[in-house]
Amino acid sequence: MVEYRIDRHSGVATYVQIVQQTKQALRLGLLRPGDRLPTAREVVEATAINPNTVLKAYRELEREGLVEARRGLGTFVRRSLGAAPADDSPLRAGLGAWAAQAREAGLDREDVAALFAAVLDDVFPAPDSPSGHADHPTNPSSKPALQGGDPS
Amino acid sequence: MTSRPTPPYALRAGALGKRFGRRGAWALRDCSFRLPAGRVCAVVGPNGAGKSTLLALAAGLTAPSEGAITVLGTDPASARARVGYVAQDKPLYPQLTVAETLRLGADLNPGHWEPSVAEAVVRAGELDPRARVRSLSGGQRTRVALALALGKRPDLLLLDEPMADLDPLARHELMGTLMAQAAQYGTTIAMSSHVVAELEDSCDHLLLVGGGRVRLAGEIDELIEAHARVSAPAESADLTGHTVVESRTTGRQLTALVRPGGPLPAEWRATPPALEELVLAYLRNPQAAPLTPAEPADEAGTAADATDRTGNATEAAA
Repeated sequence: MVEYRIDRHSGVATYVQIVQQTKQALRLGLLRPGDRLPTAREVVEATAINPNTVLKAYRELEREGLVEARRGLGTFVRRSLGAAPADDSPLRAGLGAWAAQAREAGLDREDVAALFAAVLDDVFPAPDSPSGHADHPTNPSSKPALQGGDPS
Repeated sequence: MTSRPTPPYALRAGALGKRFGRRGAWALRDCSFRLPAGRVCAVVGPNGAGKSTLLALAAGLTAPSEGAITVLGTDPASARARVGYVAQDKPLYPQLTVAETLRLGADLNPGHWEPSVAEAVVRAGELDPRARVRSLSGGQRTRVALALALGKRPDLLLLDEPMADLDPLARHELMGTLMAQAAQYGTTIAMSSHVVAELEDSCDHLLLVGGGRVRLAGEIDELIEAHARVSAPAESADLTGHTVVESRTTGRQLTALVRPGGPLPAEWRATPPALEELVLAYLRNPQAAPLTPAEPADEAGTAADATDRTGNATEAAA
């Protein structure tokens, strides 16, 4: 079972933090296919966040095919995220060679980190940037319309 | 799981107003809003804004001077058995012990009292059941009052400044208990505070009250999406067509909080405001036009949403 830690000051939307921490647990093998995610009740009791936030995160994970909700039973892991390449993979070797080249070119650790982050953002645009408002894809029509002016 | 049918709105106010005394000042006026069932609503505003008056009207403790409020689909008095209300001063009987207070709760709520819930809240605070209420600290009294309100297993909880007396640990723990209640039973919660940050993570709905009027009402996500914090060169920026909540010019730069009336020019820098920023901007600028949801054209759609949300919550909690 995974336990979520919510950082109120991270600037990352709370539901995104739950999505990210779940994926991290999947990558590290802390969560495996068939495992049950904590119920919304369990999460909100421990974190004091709004239940809708948890449900929104779980819907997002479900949309990505990582988990599935089974009616009356809970939310279960469907597949793991084992894509991180092993130590001896060619991707890692290539990155190692590139890092050595960067050092030779006079870049320090922070330069490299900044460059890497910039390229990462170019190649893998963050789905939630800049505002972190991804929306409920399931029921867009059900929201009440907002309208300016005095209520009458 | 709630066996009772849930009306789409837990609270619905139309042109609600209250003044104390026939010639007294209006504590609340022209107040129209809807709170869908199953939401957790932050009732926010400065001291004296009318938050307590609003909650007391919803609890049926005081009658409106004008307009009307519907609670769980009926009038406040008829809804009372299904509403838990904790007033700001946490009224309890000082001479009773904690255990006697809970027994009183059981006696006053025949048929819908859940002793295990109330006892768990008291136990988590390590309160001695034999201690008299008068000997308790403010925070401990809050805990007993919340135990009474939760033990009643209400469909709607009205909490006036529930966190004010609590230490940070108790605040987190009791907020967690409230959220668990909402997740498991779809309980609607409306709680007030003058500190937005205190409620931000726990609430999905906002009712901002200022100067006796509703300034903002709606889903927090939607309210934030409806606004933008923009900065632009002062000489070329034209805010015409957008509703300006607040604007300021510093040197060559104009910064403003607006409700965009259409697409914003690409050369402006626009970011979504933080909730606290939004609230403060409306409170600093009483002349800014309020934003509250329009009357729904399609009542059924909204009702379906409320049911869906409650269904989801129940399912995930099972």
